[in-house]
Amino acid sequence: MTLRRSMLFLPGSNAAMLSTAFVYKPDSIMFDLEDAVSLREKDAARLLVFHALQLPVYRDIETVVRINQLSTPFGPKDLEAAVRGGADVIRLPKTDSAEDVHQLEAEVERIERASGREFGSTKLMAAIESASGVVNALSIAKSSPRLIGIALAGFDYVMDMQTERGDGTELFYARCAVLHAARAAGIDAFDVVYSDVNNEEGFLKEVDLIKRMGFNGKSLINPRQIELLHNAYAPTEEEVDYARRVIAAAEQAERQGLGVIALNGKMIDAPIVNHAKRVLSRAQASGTRK
Amino acid sequence: MNHFANSRLDQEPAIAHLEKFQGYAEHTPYLKDTELKHSRKICQSLEDAIRASGLKDGMTVSFHHAFREGDKTINHVMDTLAHMGFKDLTLASSSLLSCNAPLIDHIRNGVIRRIYTSGMRGKLAEAISHGLMAEPINIHSHGGRVKLIDSGELHLDVAFLGVSTADEFGNANGISGRSRCGALGYAKVDAARADKVVVLTEEIVPYPNAPASIAQDDVDFVVKVDQVGDPSKISVGAARVTSNPRELLIARLAADVIEHAGYFEQGFSLQTGTGASSTAATRFLETRMRKKDITAAFALGGITGSIVELHKKGLIEKLYDTQSFDADSAESLRTSPNHYEISTNAYANPGSKGAYCDHMDMVILSALEIDLDFNVNVITGSDGVMRGASGGHSDVAAAANLSIVVGPLIRSRIPTVVRNVTTVVTPGECVGVLVTDHGIAVNPNRPEIAERLTAAGLPVTTIEDLYRRAISLTGEPQAIEFLDKVVGIVRYRDGSVIDVVHQVKD
Amino acid sequence: MKIVKEALAGTLESSDLMVKVAPASDGTLDIVINSEVIRQFGAQIEKVVRDTLGKLDVTEGLVVIEDKGALDCAICARLQTAVLRGAECQDLDWSVLS
Repeated sequence: MTLRRSMLFLPGSNAAMLSTAFVYKPDSIMFDLEDAVSLREKDAARLLVFHALQLPVYRDIETVVRINQLSTPFGPKDLEAAVRGGADVIRLPKTDSAEDVHQLEAEVERIERASGREFGSTKLMAAIESASGVVNALSIAKSSPRLIGIALAGFDYVMDMQTERGDGTELFYARCAVLHAARAAGIDAFDVVYSDVNNEEGFLKEVDLIKRMGFNGKSLINPRQIELLHNAYAPTEEEVDYARRVIAAAEQAERQGLGVIALNGKMIDAPIVNHAKRVLSRAQASGTRK
Repeated sequence: MNHFANSRLDQEPAIAHLEKFQGYAEHTPYLKDTELKHSRKICQSLEDAIRASGLKDGMTVSFHHAFREGDKTINHVMDTLAHMGFKDLTLASSSLLSCNAPLIDHIRNGVIRRIYTSGMRGKLAEAISHGLMAEPINIHSHGGRVKLIDSGELHLDVAFLGVSTADEFGNANGISGRSRCGALGYAKVDAARADKVVVLTEEIVPYPNAPASIAQDDVDFVVKVDQVGDPSKISVGAARVTSNPRELLIARLAADVIEHAGYFEQGFSLQTGTGASSTAATRFLETRMRKKDITAAFALGGITGSIVELHKKGLIEKLYDTQSFDADSAESLRTSPNHYEISTNAYANPGSKGAYCDHMDMVILSALEIDLDFNVNVITGSDGVMRGASGGHSDVAAAANLSIVVGPLIRSRIPTVVRNVTTVVTPGECVGVLVTDHGIAVNPNRPEIAERLTAAGLPVTTIEDLYRRAISLTGEPQAIEFLDKVVGIVRYRDGSVIDVVHQVKD
Repeated sequence: MKIVKEALAGTLESSDLMVKVAPASDGTLDIVINSEVIRQFGAQIEKVVRDTLGKLDVTEGLVVIEDKGALDCAICARLQTAVLRGAECQDLDWSVLS
């Protein structure tokens, strides 16, 4: 089970951050070639990310590259650099429809063939940043077998909705829509960035909300938020204990060839077993909650 | 004079070899002058004080460095000595910093011939590393400095001690007046040991000045100067509060090590030093201490604001302070009844009858380099140039139950974990744990610590693994080229020589 | 690839480097490397610079490097960027950039 609780954004033009960010051990690292890079530095960031992707230390961590939209002069070159550099996942910004993903998919296929990279090895994720994107979330989520998840990006979305970031009311529908689309398609769902890095309390409140909603995780802009996020997603000792007993009961049922799993006289079905597995993998990744 | 008594005593053969009483003021003539009785130590100028001290060419002058980069005393006194024509002096400052670059001229002109110091930074360090001095400097630890003085090798002829306030008799401290540096732990040592003690003070306050960190019975002369130091510069390059995520990551791991290494019990003791990560580690201790419902008996050493904060919250009962690293700690020393000033003799001298560091549970230390045998270098940069200080590193590492060295695995392209350190300051046998942003390595001589940290789920690996990780990113560094000339002798805390520093090749 | 105009790439921040390239005045290739870590990594940096220029087929020009302790991958990327800018090259030939 691939954990994707934390996706750390790194400006693609920052050599120092690209050389150290892996030490923070986020579940995924996202090299940004889009909004975090000025127009004049697009060419520089593209090459920096291309070479950084090949550092051995990034082999142990899921790498994501956010490219510019393919309709810009930068997008196609960014995509070449990311796919050829070996990025695990390409993040497409401002995805409004399934057509955007199809177009990306076709380009990725072409580059994989041209560069000799294993066909199908480049995964995709789509960032939804507009009202259209939210409305089309389900068709976007189901648009490609390469798609591992969809992410809500709050900044552009609230602008499009003619509101602003606040207590979460403004994201209420979008979060629900994106999350449901992801689950219906069987892929991951990521929540927005929390930009006030010095407000731990506010960050944790938002994390608590999106975790209870069911999001896999969140995009992050400061490494300091990783530990907070992972700890919030870490199960309690009681949850781990219960999950262990669920797994044990399931294994016992399988050994005995029973179709029905029972724990303390209560029926346990497959979703509960899956949830227990998720709890244990989170516990294995970052221990129990502190 | 009592002639009658004298003439009678002259007849007594039993006391022929003893001095006969010549009047109450024979040896204390100033007692006959109600003015002079109180003002006799006051000198009108630094030059007067120097003349009165009897300083001669070839002697040793000593200083403290409590004002760190804000010090105004060392350069001022050395300038004055140069101006007065002194030559061939030995400079024994508890440490030297970047602000002491003007000493370069005094070395060139023969005013300073030898140096004893805990460390050096900036242009002075650069120049000495490149062979400025004919004789190598001696680098000592804070505790080892007192040992060298007491052994007779380092004889202090005249101590020049800058303080914020003193009275006319020399009772002095660093916690009152305008320029408060806080603890005078180094100065206390020199005041007690130098042949002549000159107190330089910004303010002469009414008698008696209390507390008397430096006591009147140790002081020969008092001279008022415009400024002894700028306390706002004390924390430059030392105690910083960091928001750097990498330093915070290391700090959190260091706090995890403190929590799980086996010494985190009611009444434990700790020292955190001044590196960014070690200062920040203190912050992470609060929740851990509250969760376990324990308090620390004491904290030691250079005291920082973050330690003071835990003290104020009742989490650290007592503070033993030999050097205050920021305004918060100086203020706490002034106001908290459980914040005590101690000399570096009591802090860490292995020759003293009892050093606080011997009672230390855990200490967090920094490193410029640490090698596969855990030997630590805090003096030379990996370019071979001296740029640090021995400080209390080897003292507390030797005495504490567990020494924890913290630092980033790589600084820009320079690996911290190396095959062999450029200069050994603290022997690896005294280092228990290395905490880096890439993981934790435990000295194989502490298997029980490795077991506890692993059991707690901490990212424990080997130092060889950390080394390989570093080199895989940076590439293998070329060896630095040195010349034959020795520019620095590294003295271990017991006075023995642990390493030498050679002149770097240009 | 021929450098036809002066161009810069990179920054002077720690762990980065600034590269300046300029057309050659006399048809030779001049490389100047200043680095904070020259004593430990001077030879390695020069090797990366020469390899990178070689792959790009840069045979003349002035290349000035001000290194602040960057890793090899950053040195390679910054140098490529400066050369591509100086050569006014828009098309990326990935076989020479890898």
